[in-house]
Amino acid sequence: MSAATGSAVRGRRPAPRVRRRLRLGMSQGQFLGVLTAVFLILLLLMVVQDGAATAGNEVWRGLVLGAIYALIAVGYTLVYGIIELINFAHGDVFTMSAFYSVFLAGIPGVQEGFFKRFLGFDINHLASSGPGGLILALLIIFPIAMTLAGLTGVVIERVAYRRLRDAPRLAPLITAVGVSFLLEGIMFAFFVPPAPPGQPGLGTPGAAYPTGEDGWIPTTHVLLNIGGSHGVVIGANDTMVIVIALVAMFALAGFIRYSRTGKAMRASAQNRDAAQLCGININRTISATFFLGSALAAVGGVVYAMHYHTITWNQGYQFGLIAFTAAVLGGIGNIVGAGIGGFLIGLVEAFTVTLIPNGGSWALIVVFAVLILVLTLQPTGLLGMRVPDRA
Amino acid sequence: MALLEVDSVDVFYGRVRALQGVSIKVDEGEIVALIGSNGAGKTTTLRTISGLVRPARGAVRLAGKPIHTMGAEQIARMGIGHAPEGRRLFARMTVQENLDMGAYSRRDGAKIRHDFAWVYSLFPRLAERRRQLAGSLSGGEQQMVAIGRALMSRPRVLLLDEPSLGLAPILVDAIFDVIREINGEGTTILLIEQNALIALHTAARAYVLETGSVTLAGPASELLASADVQRAYLGM
Repeated sequence: MSAATGSAVRGRRPAPRVRRRLRLGMSQGQFLGVLTAVFLILLLLMVVQDGAATAGNEVWRGLVLGAIYALIAVGYTLVYGIIELINFAHGDVFTMSAFYSVFLAGIPGVQEGFFKRFLGFDINHLASSGPGGLILALLIIFPIAMTLAGLTGVVIERVAYRRLRDAPRLAPLITAVGVSFLLEGIMFAFFVPPAPPGQPGLGTPGAAYPTGEDGWIPTTHVLLNIGGSHGVVIGANDTMVIVIALVAMFALAGFIRYSRTGKAMRASAQNRDAAQLCGININRTISATFFLGSALAAVGGVVYAMHYHTITWNQGYQFGLIAFTAAVLGGIGNIVGAGIGGFLIGLVEAFTVTLIPNGGSWALIVVFAVLILVLTLQPTGLLGMRVPDRA
Repeated sequence: MALLEVDSVDVFYGRVRALQGVSIKVDEGEIVALIGSNGAGKTTTLRTISGLVRPARGAVRLAGKPIHTMGAEQIARMGIGHAPEGRRLFARMTVQENLDMGAYSRRDGAKIRHDFAWVYSLFPRLAERRRQLAGSLSGGEQQMVAIGRALMSRPRVLLLDEPSLGLAPILVDAIFDVIREINGEGTTILLIEQNALIALHTAARAYVLETGSVTLAGPASELLASADVQRAYLGM
């Protein structure tokens, strides 16, 4: 995990016993080179085709989306690192935490939030009262939504995965898919408008949940405008998403690297028996892992709800798969890799949208093509383990 | 009363019986060796003591208190340090971090720092390599980390599983010198060793395991002199 953050062996002599892997593809350095070259070529193509301003705006949009993918990807990588499970329910925890934030804050003019209804305190008003108020509102909403999501993750692990920890791999995997459906069902029941009279079914499938004109916090003003009124627009809202994502991910990486619990997580991921022999409580450590991964997804969920206009009950499925791709691209098990992978996948989407006619509908196809390419050419991803596993 | 007591323990892996009625006693301050051929159940015995394997029958007691129903992490906290078979280091953590994990359950910061200094003085090589990833070390250095990590919990009983495995002869002697030194400073040791000669020269008493049962036990000097042991384990 994050012992591999700086990943190279720091000693004076090279690692003597690096296990040779059978690879179809290339070395990690070559992979990085190829990837950089491809991205630069695509960027150039974009500039030539649409002009620098459009290209800049699309790249910026891609990075904003990528920040959210990155936040989700971290949870995949954390959980995979410690119990080698692809937690398919993780994308739905992300969606759920977006709903948590809406539930807490409400939507101006549409729905009263928890704070307004039960505490008589209008957090939307506070958020739109100025930069100070906005920060204060975020400092209230984020910890609560992150805690709720974290507990959701802990409960999922306790109820669905723990008993299957030593079962054959397929069992927890299928269970994870089941939990994903369960969470989506819960969100469908609670957040989808009821079916119109005379129509079959519980709700209106595909109906999106509005989060207000501009999310629950109206922050559309422009922070920076590069190249005049037709240039690249850097919005305050966008910038906030990226800054929050970076802060959250660096905080997490620091926690994993230096804290007692973080070290216990890394130790358990690398050798469960040895971790127990050191007095580490594996169950508690795995719970902590689920809590942290889910809390990071909640950061993504809350900024998503702030930034985009609608939340759909089943969007976690798609977001989850894309973020999983990001985690694989970065090297599954590596936190920094997951962060970088998220931003890269955001860029891939931006390229797809601009370079391919009607590219929006191709975005998923391209992302999954990337997944397949990475898995065949470089299964360890950008920053996957370069140090021997065995000791 | 023995500090560590394994009392008529049976262990199964699935339907296969790995241990049958194994009883071992280790007194405070002793070095006790467990010898026997591959698959005799030596490693299983240690894993049963430290809670990684549960006995189907029998009991394990530390200072008279049953520990075989506890989780491995609780047993570690009770004062059993285990340098397991195959070393089992945290390969992608540094030497320093590995030792740090050994002291995971301790909260006495000043004493932990003192014990770091102690472990580094036992194994000066590790001090040089403290910032290196454990997975990049040589076999002998990894063995030192494994022993050092177990020592960092300040165990009442130290379990060592094949400390000489895969090491050059000169290193084997060095490791056993350190083992005697650790014992000399008051740590009780139960060790498994393929190399019966060095084991019997280091330990005060020894047990011989064969296909899951104790077949011989006694002072190391007596076992060294026994014709059976000489034929089976000393190649004489």
